[in-house]
Amino acid sequence: MLPSCVRSMCKKSPKKILGLMGRQGSIVAQKGSTVAQAQFETQPFKLHKLTEAPATQVTLTRDEALEMYTQMHTIRRMETAAANLYKEKNIRGFCHLYSGQEAVAVGFKHALRPQDSVITAYRAHGWTYVMGVKPLGVMAELTGRQTGCARGKGGSMHMYADNFYGGNGIVGAQVPLGVGIAFAAKYKNTDGVCVTLYGDGAANQGQVFESYNIAKLWNLPCIFVCENNGYGMGTSTVRSSASTKYYTRGDYVPGIWVDGMDVLAVREAAKFAIKHCATGQGPIVMEAQTYRYSGHSMSDPGTSYRTREEVQEVRQTRDPIASLKEKIISSNLVTAEEIKKVDAQIKTDIDTATEQAKKDKEIGLDELSADITANHLGSDIRGVSIFAPLKHKRIGPAINLK
Amino acid sequence: MVLNKIVKLGGEVLQSAVPLKNKSQRCASHFVYSPDSNSTIKGDRTKMNMFQAINNALDTALKTDPKAIIFGEDVGFGGVFRCTLDLQKKYGKQRVFNTPLCEQGIAGFGIGAAVAGSTAIAEIQFADYIFPAFDQLVNEAAKYRYRSGNLFDCGKLTVRSPCGAVGHGALYHSQSPEAYFAHTPGLKVVVPRGPIKAKGLLLSCIRDPDPCLIFEPKVLYRMAVEEVPTDDYQLPIGKADILINGSDLTMIGWGTQVHVLKEVADLLKEKHSISAEVIDLVSILPWDVDTVCKSASKTGRVLVAHEAPLTSGFGAEIAATIQENCFLKLSAPVVRVTGPDTPFPHVFEPFYLPTKWRCLDEALKLIDY
Repeated sequence: MLPSCVRSMCKKSPKKILGLMGRQGSIVAQKGSTVAQAQFETQPFKLHKLTEAPATQVTLTRDEALEMYTQMHTIRRMETAAANLYKEKNIRGFCHLYSGQEAVAVGFKHALRPQDSVITAYRAHGWTYVMGVKPLGVMAELTGRQTGCARGKGGSMHMYADNFYGGNGIVGAQVPLGVGIAFAAKYKNTDGVCVTLYGDGAANQGQVFESYNIAKLWNLPCIFVCENNGYGMGTSTVRSSASTKYYTRGDYVPGIWVDGMDVLAVREAAKFAIKHCATGQGPIVMEAQTYRYSGHSMSDPGTSYRTREEVQEVRQTRDPIASLKEKIISSNLVTAEEIKKVDAQIKTDIDTATEQAKKDKEIGLDELSADITANHLGSDIRGVSIFAPLKHKRIGPAINLK
Repeated sequence: MVLNKIVKLGGEVLQSAVPLKNKSQRCASHFVYSPDSNSTIKGDRTKMNMFQAINNALDTALKTDPKAIIFGEDVGFGGVFRCTLDLQKKYGKQRVFNTPLCEQGIAGFGIGAAVAGSTAIAEIQFADYIFPAFDQLVNEAAKYRYRSGNLFDCGKLTVRSPCGAVGHGALYHSQSPEAYFAHTPGLKVVVPRGPIKAKGLLLSCIRDPDPCLIFEPKVLYRMAVEEVPTDDYQLPIGKADILINGSDLTMIGWGTQVHVLKEVADLLKEKHSISAEVIDLVSILPWDVDTVCKSASKTGRVLVAHEAPLTSGFGAEIAATIQENCFLKLSAPVVRVTGPDTPFPHVFEPFYLPTKWRCLDEALKLIDY
């Protein structure tokens, strides 16, 4: 059975869902066979304790269109490659795929300013990539190689980049951290905001509510983003949450709902939320309604609590990449040939990164005992037998202290 | 000479650590599971792996106790390790139900249900996720009886949670948190080594008058297969099992590590003619001081091994107790073979674990002390 949120979205005609309100993409300037920019209509936003809403008429330039498409498709390809690497047993740890949710990370990225920060949970591959790590940095982290963005020490759930405070492994645990990061931004007067992501499952963790309170109490620039993909592990939202209106669950914190399958809508909502925080109005909660195609993790086939038909239906009617592709081609922002070229390039890039991620070296065994503390006060690390004596060592300065 | 032996052992470690053709691939388990051969429980038996035995115990609990309820993340469709498979179908959503993802809430809810008379059986999906529930278990569950002068207790609470290394679990799906809870008077903590023990111990925990935690080594769920008694039975909490009798040294472990130590005992016997006694501690709190100290006094040499880090691991408590009780009988200091004092690593699991080679090396040094 479809969760009611998915059902209600699918009732609308596919054309409307894709934002193709007839041929309304208004052409502004001709550039060969393509136009420089076009306008689209997004689904209306839902508001909680807000008087103004973001515009539903959005403008997209040709360059933005190509970049968004490239980023989303790269994430999709990376995740497909990650699934294969996991099945080939090249990935240790647990592996949670982002396929289906790409529009959230990419839409947000197109609104973020250099001073803004992001922290998320363990479904981190896509976010790591948009925050600046190249596919090899993600893929090699997955396979535990030294070319990975955390030199293979973190793996799937723990990836990092500038202004990206990571992948965090425990459900909901990153949410209070995001509030702390927002506090630091305010205290240091950076004008930055912190995008603090969690899922519909984590939305029921007690510390999320502690975080809402602190953020509002101290008026911190924190954007709480609930990526609602319909299922907290194997339990649907309606079976886990007394209120599935996640954008209202901050109570006294204003909230906004956005169609998380529409990258343009996400970008508008993100801009709106950043402005809200950056103008001193305190935190805001955003619910991005999205969907994950894979199971919760690779050990979950994802079919014991939902039907294959449901997944297929979303793929066919709401896929964020297919819908963007259709929009930008039909509005002449990008030609079908260009898309084909981009697709081919992405395939080559990801294939190359995947092969490299299998071949690269692991870090040395001496790093088993590296970076446990800033400076180890004892001599050797205790508990290691004598044919592998381990000294503590520290490798490089922390990225956040640079 | 010693150095040669160590270098050779080191080489074997490296080989055993990468048993697969492709060195880059994640490793299979680091031990060979050996089933219990001399279980004395009477009645019919069926071949079950450990998750089936646990499922069978839960089924038994629900069948025999109308107040029993099971709840946790995704337990409705069987849980990630299938331990609650089909129980919701059999007993209904009123008795077997999914919770939201909120470990602190799950534990607290369980305490409330238990104190008001339900037999509350909670699942925390991984022991690594039990820390959000730490406050509820340590401050609320453990002290309810004491702080109320025995007017109230939540003894009907049992928390099940998969623990330990699984071959590729990395930082947050591999930890063994038993020692944290062993520091908490008012709780009971047990760790089964296989299906027969898991069923009997789980039923004991469920029916025990104090709140119990049962940490189930997740690597054993499918790998460990035994002929499990189908009747309702319980096994004692606080009673260690001597699995191999020996006279030269005592090796103590629990959960998965018991199987590692059994392999070490075989190696010691075959290659070095050393007779090692192997003890499964079975329960961490309370633990069987008598059996351990009797054995320590007999052999004079003790090795304790666990996956959790060395510092303040439960091995420390065992070592301290042995030196206190058996000081004059000891021929060597008690040795601990454990995970090092590092977080559970992503890429170094084979080097992190107290493998049979590390245990063997320490056992030989203990003999030569």
